[in-house]
Amino acid sequence: MKYMLLIHGSGDGCTPQEWMDYDKSVREAGIFVSGESLAEQALATSVTIGESGERVVTDGPYAEAREVLGGFYVIDVPDLDAATDWAARCPGARDGGSMVVRPVVEYA
Amino acid sequence: MPGDIRASVEAIFREERGRLLAALVRRFGDLDMAEEVTSEAIEAALLRWPIDGVPASPGAWLMTTARRRAVDRLRRDKAYAARLALLQVEADRAAPAAPEADGGLPDERLRLFFTCAHPALPEADRGALTLRYLAGLTTVEVARAYLVPVETMAKRLVRAKKKISGARIPFRVPEPHELPSRLPGVLQAIYSIFTEGYAASAGPDLVRHDLAEEALRLGRILRRLLPAEREVAGLLALMLLTHARRDARTGPDGGLILLEDQDRSQWDRVMIDEGEPLVVTALTGGPPGPYGVQAAIAALHSTAADVTSTDWPQIVLLYDVLRSLTPSPVVDLNRAVAVAMRDGEEAGLALLDGLAGEPQLRGLHVYPAARAELLRRLGRFPEAAEAFREALGLAGSDPERLHLRQRLSEVEGH
Repeated sequence: MKYMLLIHGSGDGCTPQEWMDYDKSVREAGIFVSGESLAEQALATSVTIGESGERVVTDGPYAEAREVLGGFYVIDVPDLDAATDWAARCPGARDGGSMVVRPVVEYA
Repeated sequence: MPGDIRASVEAIFREERGRLLAALVRRFGDLDMAEEVTSEAIEAALLRWPIDGVPASPGAWLMTTARRRAVDRLRRDKAYAARLALLQVEADRAAPAAPEADGGLPDERLRLFFTCAHPALPEADRGALTLRYLAGLTTVEVARAYLVPVETMAKRLVRAKKKISGARIPFRVPEPHELPSRLPGVLQAIYSIFTEGYAASAGPDLVRHDLAEEALRLGRILRRLLPAEREVAGLLALMLLTHARRDARTGPDGGLILLEDQDRSQWDRVMIDEGEPLVVTALTGGPPGPYGVQAAIAALHSTAADVTSTDWPQIVLLYDVLRSLTPSPVVDLNRAVAVAMRDGEEAGLALLDGLAGEPQLRGLHVYPAARAELLRRLGRFPEAAEAFREALGLAGSDPERLHLRQRLSEVEGH
């Protein structure tokens, strides 16, 4: 079953080496489906279609540092316990950061 | 159906329902289907057994019938069967199936205990799930246990089941290294059932014996499944030693009787005798856990002839240990009451006053009630009356309210 691990927080409490080690272990375990690290929040742009159909493009949003989505992994593991184990090992879970584990809907 | 057969059939279902359900969940990895075929097998038994007699191995009969129903279902629904087959493969990959005990059902209930108390489920629902699936209560009975409308409980159970299947919370026993973080959740789920039954948070009865006894039954099952876990022994001991006092806790008028005023000859010696060796188990062979320590405190009360010969210094020390294991203002409150017994009311009152304004005690009647009791013993009646009135404004169950009203009129009379 596929789960998305959403990495919230700055991730600044960990060294690049720790992130690289984690990434390597996810790939070597054969569970990696996809994953990206997102550029800083200051570069974010929001888009919405207004009530009269107009396109509204704005700078932001600016969430609190610990709520910022910093990246994600999609992994394929047997169950929620396996998914939370991988989430707990991620450097993003430490130093005030948190991981949210969401099952991915699969349309068969 | 003749009464004796119905009674024996119901007794068997009580014992077998959870076992059967757990074995089917293990086999098919699907709680919904396991529940449905369990009910169907029991209905079939209600039809057949009065005619054919109760089979020699009722559990095996039920399991065979339930499995046959499950296979029928899978034949009808190929897509579902394919999904279940996949689940089965993944479950076997995760942990090979336990060999079945000769002729009997494999006992898969331990897995189900851990699923029902899984940390990814809302804490408030874990006791309800445990009652529903391990104790085998109906949704109506579970709703009654928690004093919520049936509709509300049904929704909570459906939502929890949906999370179990949707997020795929596994049916598995945690590895030994995971137990220290996972077992407390299971113990807490059982203890929450017990405390709900023991000091009903609202309603006419102080003790809902049926609920406390379900918790005891679950505690005994868990003790058999995890004989080496000392905190399981501690929890069972705590529940036994507390429940042993049930008949002495309310007077003929239905009011609560405090521990020091209870007629100790009414305490259930059989339960105390079952509980005391478990305390020894819980405290031997390593540092004690919170349930073991609380059981030890309960045991010191059980062995004392009366309140004055109780070993209060030892009880205070045990509360110190408990405070280091699970710090909480509620533990501090109980410790303050024990200090009052050891060193006098003034000392206890000073500690209680230090807890004033604790957010975790706000809204709980036990805090003003404990203060009121110490003030009453000190003869400070106007202050005691005020504190009793405050407690009355917060107390839940009728027996507690009756007790507080009696005390209030007593101190007002001075």
